[in-house]
Amino acid sequence: MILRRPSFWLILILSAAFVYLPLRGQNVPLREDLVLVAVAIILSSNLNLMIGYTGYVNFGHIVFYGLGGYIGLYLTTARGWNLVVAALAAGVAVSFLALLFGVGILRLRGAYFALATIGVLQAVQAFVINFDPWGRSTGMYMSFEAYKSWGGAMRALWLDYYLVIGVMALSLILSLAIKISKFGLGLFAIRENEDAASVLGVNTTVYKAIVYSVSAFLPAVAGALMFFKNGMIDPFVAFEFSLSLEGIVMLMLGGQGTVTGAALGAGMYEWLRSFLLTSPKLSDFQLVIAGGLLLVVVLFAPGGLIGWVYRLLPRARGVIE
Amino acid sequence: MIDGLLVGSVYGLAAMGLSLIWGVMNVINLTHGAMIALGMFGMYVLFGAITGHPYVLLLPEIGVGLLLGVVVYWVAIHWVIGRPMLMSLLSTFAVNMIIIGIGTAVWTTSPYNVNFNLPGLTVGSYTFTGNHIAAAVAALILALALDLFLRRTRPGKAIRAVSDHREAAELMGISSTTVLSIAFGIGIAMAIASGALVATLFPFTILSGGTYQLKSFVVTVLAGLGKPLGALVAGVLLGLLEGAVTPFMAASWIPLIEFTLFVVVLVAFPRGIFGKVAA
Repeated sequence: MILRRPSFWLILILSAAFVYLPLRGQNVPLREDLVLVAVAIILSSNLNLMIGYTGYVNFGHIVFYGLGGYIGLYLTTARGWNLVVAALAAGVAVSFLALLFGVGILRLRGAYFALATIGVLQAVQAFVINFDPWGRSTGMYMSFEAYKSWGGAMRALWLDYYLVIGVMALSLILSLAIKISKFGLGLFAIRENEDAASVLGVNTTVYKAIVYSVSAFLPAVAGALMFFKNGMIDPFVAFEFSLSLEGIVMLMLGGQGTVTGAALGAGMYEWLRSFLLTSPKLSDFQLVIAGGLLLVVVLFAPGGLIGWVYRLLPRARGVIE
Repeated sequence: MIDGLLVGSVYGLAAMGLSLIWGVMNVINLTHGAMIALGMFGMYVLFGAITGHPYVLLLPEIGVGLLLGVVVYWVAIHWVIGRPMLMSLLSTFAVNMIIIGIGTAVWTTSPYNVNFNLPGLTVGSYTFTGNHIAAAVAALILALALDLFLRRTRPGKAIRAVSDHREAAELMGISSTTVLSIAFGIGIAMAIASGALVATLFPFTILSGGTYQLKSFVVTVLAGLGKPLGALVAGVLLGLLEGAVTPFMAASWIPLIEFTLFVVVLVAFPRGIFGKVAA
């Protein structure tokens, strides 16, 4: 039972803190900081389903987020849909697309798959740049009117924030639920040895396609919510390759394959970045430091922060997952 | 069309470096784009400082590239060979971030260009820019030199032996780490040389290496991994494709075609088009 897992309660406490902290004193700057952390957590924990659980490196994970944003913004502005409905629709649509793509490219293994995901990202971006209904390379803007039905922009943004936090909590719970399920065991088997897993009766093709599609759903919803908040979208912001890669850095930093690692890495990376960006001496070297950090983690602590904790305190495995 | 052919040979050269590293040590070198960018800026700095002939400056660039490649190998690659693919992807990506970060701090992301023009060649009603022809010739010479090196010289043969079967090569008395570091150095040198050539053709920023890295992936996949000469041919094909498509549709559609082709070829012929024929 998931309720017996300490991590489950940790997730709830974390989410509650995210809701409560900015609410106290209507602290908007804090809210804006936290929403970035929440999105980072959503992206890295869903990416973790692919990289950490299944062992398939997805370089184009951001494509789900960007497509979700596009579909969400298109439905809310051009079609006048309700935000929640539009976000869910974006999630379903992107998951479905991911299933289609997945069936094709998941026949590839290892590096070939990783390269194909770059190809998918670039192809989708190139398509959107040329797609007229979505405003080609200039993207789409939302009129201020759209916030009216939400009781003004201020209320709409707060509401949007809570929705993002909700998606964050769902992402972490999903990670945990998959980890303790039979489905999760199948994924781990694929990660360790795909051929052996398939001989032992894991339907690897179906498992991989499902996890690829599932890992697309919540990022797409988050994309729809975030670009609604920003009020505009363009193909270069929505499908930024480096954001995709940053997700991988976060995951490695925290510890791939663990639920808390994905969240911790995302939080740490966002904190580090805001620290570096605001520091006058170091802001030019933000990438250098992040890169150096990644190199050190990869070479010396491939388990990330959580892997390190596990080694120090083997008992922690049962508590922090 | 012909212009596409000329530019394509530079794509081919860039992809050869990637392909060599991939084939020999099974590492996807994500520093490739950063190295191409370094090559561009190397040309810019050298050309500004010495005002020598750009194609002569190619030689010191290649030398520096070799050295840099060996250093990067020992810092980041050596420790992750034989570990899961993810690790080498991440460690090369980390080096990539470091280089791009330093480059951005030094040169910002504004565009630069190398101010140098060779007289063009006019055939009938067409004019070919001299720079494009010279770049293509230089790319071809380098590509053939690499091919000769791999086929005819002892170190070249050692590289091929290690890429065929590492343990067997080791048993024959080849020090595989030395060979791998040299192969990595050569791969990087190729990337830097192609960057230097691109710098004489188009304006560039520190980030433009990324575009050529992606093109190199496309080319490498088209050719089949670890087939340097195939990469050259595929590069020329890609250039031709770009040249052939341009008159009929807006240039912004080209990436869509390229990457769709890329994914389709990956899925349909994971060994590359030429790999299929050879096997």
